[in-house]
Amino acid sequence: MSSLLQHVWILPALMGLSFLTILFFGKKLPYKGAEIGIFSVGVCLLLALGSGVAWIDRSNNPPEEHGATATAEHAGEEGAAEEEHAEEEGAATDEEGAAGEEGEHAAEEGGEEEHAVPPVLTEKTWFSSGGVDFTVGTFVDGLSVMMLIVVSIISLLVHIYSTDYVGGDRRYTHYFAFLSLFTASMLMLVMSRSTVQFITAWELVGLCSFALIGHWWEEKPNSDAALKAFLTNRVGDVGLLVGMIILFFAAGSFDIPAINEAAATGEIRHFLLLVASCCLLAAVMSKSGQFVLHTWLPDAMAGPTPVSALIHAATMVVAGIFMVARFYGVFWEGFSIGTAHVNPLAVVGAVTLLFGGLLAFVQSDIKKVLAYSTVSQLGYMAMALGVGAWTAAVFHLFTHAFFKAGLFLGSGSVAHSVHSFDMKQDMGGMKRFMPKTFATFVVCSVALAGVPPLAGFWSKDEILAGASGSGGLSGYPVMLWMGIVGGGLTAAYMTRCIYLTFFGEPRGKAADPHHAPHESGPRIVVPLYILAGLAIVAGFANFPFGPESIKLRFEHYVEPVAGYFPEISHPTFTLWIAVASTGLALVPIGLAYLYYWQGRFHGLTERVGLARAGHTLLVNKYYLDHLYTGVIANGTKGPVARATYWFNQNVLDGIVNGTATVAVAVANWTYRYIDQGVVDGTINGSGAASNGIGQALRQFQTGRVQQYGALLFGGAVVLAGIFVFAI
Amino acid sequence: MLLNQFLLLAAVLFSIGVYGVLARRNGVLVLMSIELILNAVNINLVAFGAYHGTVSGQVFALFVIAVAAAEVGVGLAIVLLLYRNRQSIAVDEVSSMKG
Amino acid sequence: MILAAEEALVAQNIFFGLIAAGTIFGALRVVTTKNVVHAALWLVLVLAGVGANFLLVGAEFTGVTQVLVYIGAIVVLFLFGTMLTRSPIGRDEDVDNPAWYLGLIVAVPLLALLSYAVWDQWGDDHIDSLTPAAAQTTADVSDSIFSTYLVAFEAIGFLLTAALIGAIVLARKE
Repeated sequence: MSSLLQHVWILPALMGLSFLTILFFGKKLPYKGAEIGIFSVGVCLLLALGSGVAWIDRSNNPPEEHGATATAEHAGEEGAAEEEHAEEEGAATDEEGAAGEEGEHAAEEGGEEEHAVPPVLTEKTWFSSGGVDFTVGTFVDGLSVMMLIVVSIISLLVHIYSTDYVGGDRRYTHYFAFLSLFTASMLMLVMSRSTVQFITAWELVGLCSFALIGHWWEEKPNSDAALKAFLTNRVGDVGLLVGMIILFFAAGSFDIPAINEAAATGEIRHFLLLVASCCLLAAVMSKSGQFVLHTWLPDAMAGPTPVSALIHAATMVVAGIFMVARFYGVFWEGFSIGTAHVNPLAVVGAVTLLFGGLLAFVQSDIKKVLAYSTVSQLGYMAMALGVGAWTAAVFHLFTHAFFKAGLFLGSGSVAHSVHSFDMKQDMGGMKRFMPKTFATFVVCSVALAGVPPLAGFWSKDEILAGASGSGGLSGYPVMLWMGIVGGGLTAAYMTRCIYLTFFGEPRGKAADPHHAPHESGPRIVVPLYILAGLAIVAGFANFPFGPESIKLRFEHYVEPVAGYFPEISHPTFTLWIAVASTGLALVPIGLAYLYYWQGRFHGLTERVGLARAGHTLLVNKYYLDHLYTGVIANGTKGPVARATYWFNQNVLDGIVNGTATVAVAVANWTYRYIDQGVVDGTINGSGAASNGIGQALRQFQTGRVQQYGALLFGGAVVLAGIFVFAI
Repeated sequence: MLLNQFLLLAAVLFSIGVYGVLARRNGVLVLMSIELILNAVNINLVAFGAYHGTVSGQVFALFVIAVAAAEVGVGLAIVLLLYRNRQSIAVDEVSSMKG
Repeated sequence: MILAAEEALVAQNIFFGLIAAGTIFGALRVVTTKNVVHAALWLVLVLAGVGANFLLVGAEFTGVTQVLVYIGAIVVLFLFGTMLTRSPIGRDEDVDNPAWYLGLIVAVPLLALLSYAVWDQWGDDHIDSLTPAAAQTTADVSDSIFSTYLVAFEAIGFLLTAALIGAIVLARKE
């Protein structure tokens, strides 16, 4: 078993092979290549579960501490066998199997908490250039193993689901080929040992995302969405590249554990770590859809629904979160997470979770609700990492993968039946037609809303406990309150979503008498059942009560205890937070129930100016897309001056006028809010300035390359002069 | 020999090259001036290589020569295209980027 | 002072002075002559001077390559370019920009700055790798290219191919 940990590279290699096979021979096969993909992922899942068992065995018997005494080995094997059984049932309920093992090791357990569990490392030189060896290898610890299991489970279910959902598609074979490639890259990402390998896998994941979002590229919005996702990610990738380069020169190595260790022991100057962390944060913001770079994620819903479930809910977007978790030594020191009370990562996460939750309210496309919900939940994870609750963040990643994939696949099931994603126009009353989908959707929603005892409650509660500063963590009070409010929002928008989709009278296409909606086939429903089941039980993997053998198993196995990981403290279960977050899950559900089912408070947006203004702002997604496409994209397309001029004429006037109209109508404090918010503060103030600068800059745009060259060289001379004489 | 004598020669060549790039109107002459700049860099590379006693400087100079060959190839192709479209290779007439 | 430094290397220093003077004169003619073909021929002088400098510091292979590639190939390419674009073969009054003084404004401070920086940093440092033991042979260069810098070498090969294709695509008639 333990040799499996040495050879985890087999998993991505298998999926890569599957990609090539499907690509070249898929069309000639009886099931057009889908069978190869499903078979490979299935094998991967088995191997991942096997490595999970091996890892649990290893952390119970760290190699240095416990020699191969016959009894210990025997006991370990028994425990492992039991666990395998438990994991196949639920993949997350490893506490059962662990219990058997723990019982036999109870005596040793007390002292074992402090012992380091070294990760399993392998290394090979890929190539060497300029005297530097570029190594690749595997880096397997609890985190990698957990990610391997999550990725394989979700990928397998999505593969099965896709055979029905995209069945008969004209690029069916290519679709499965790219699913394989995506799985391969994600598996490689989570086991990367060197930063070079990490970046390669990261980019491959982005590439597959591009290809799959644009799967139906004949329609312009789809290819636009794919491009947007790709380009937005490129913005963050620059940060990733710069950050990794800084870390390479600071630590003198591409080795991730070595970099973390150098950061944790203070070998790297704090300033360098701070700069590197900020650069890497940009990458997290783009990949994991954090606020200001999140706009690609909702658009990416243009891809097939299973792709949304696989890429934009459960696996790819968590790559950013995983990166922070992987480089936690760097972030921990760089942002002084353990001692500060506010830091960029926590702020970005908290703002994202709040704003994403608000945006989810005004969407009428069911997938967009889920997309913004994903943005919001990713914000939770980033915030948790920012406040030092590492385990809580990773645990939320784990639970969120199951219920969010379940929600996406559920929404796909509904859309498959009514051929539309629009909740307001084409759905309603679907409960009658699709009872199975309805049941799983509700279970996953409740899990997402954080109602105990489902999965979302345990992870979210742990995040909030971490932000409150219990258990010796540094407290982040602002983040705590934002998190609690965000939890309430989650509950409310999911209730709205369920109401619009499953209750009321059928509308639009759902009411079409010729194509009455029907329950989806088994290949769609069975994955939904499995995911709903996981959404129920996954939370118990880190159950905070009970005897040693049940308590906090997830934390025990997943959190590294080694030199490359900072010594973090753990939040303890806090009753008032649990009560508050439960209340904040149930009260909004109640309010939303009153609003939608009983018809209370209707016409609120018509009557109250404040509510109307908020609604307008949300419908326009905080005007961020206008800002990006209007100002930044078009600004770079043409020469600076013309763009500035154009921007002044169109975007600025449009936005400012629009804002002004809204602002006049609303109460004073809302005016201040918008004024200081995204639009006015940044843009209105710079209006006059940009006009002047534009006119001035126009003089330099003669179009003569040599004048530009003269300015370039002249500028370089001046800069070099400053370096030579002043520094 | 002093290291400086090579570096100074390179500095002079580089500056002459910069002057040529900025002052010449004929596309082919601009490309020639770029060659002057690249040669100045090569002198520096080889001189520093000798100074530090490694062959890396020479290797890089060889790479620069290869890149220069590619650059001249593409550059002349562009000049040719320019001539075909405008019957002139005066670089200051190409000003469609005027704002 | 360059010429007076060390007795043992007097000959080399004299040659360096001659070569440097020729190179700089050639370079100045390249950027001032009115005749494009003459400019190309002056460029030959500059390139040969640079090649001779390579020989002076013991970089034979690079020096030979410089002569072969630059003078043998690139200058010929320039002459072809001149002919293909039917630039006037004789004198041409129109080879300089109206704003040629911009070049001076940039180049003179650049030269001053570079000279100062170089002088400041490497005042009296010597190149003393000319003893036989420390000489860099062609074998060393090739070893380095094909081991340490193998990836860069591959990249250059790729670049050359791409440039070749690009040049053909650009220059062919529709």
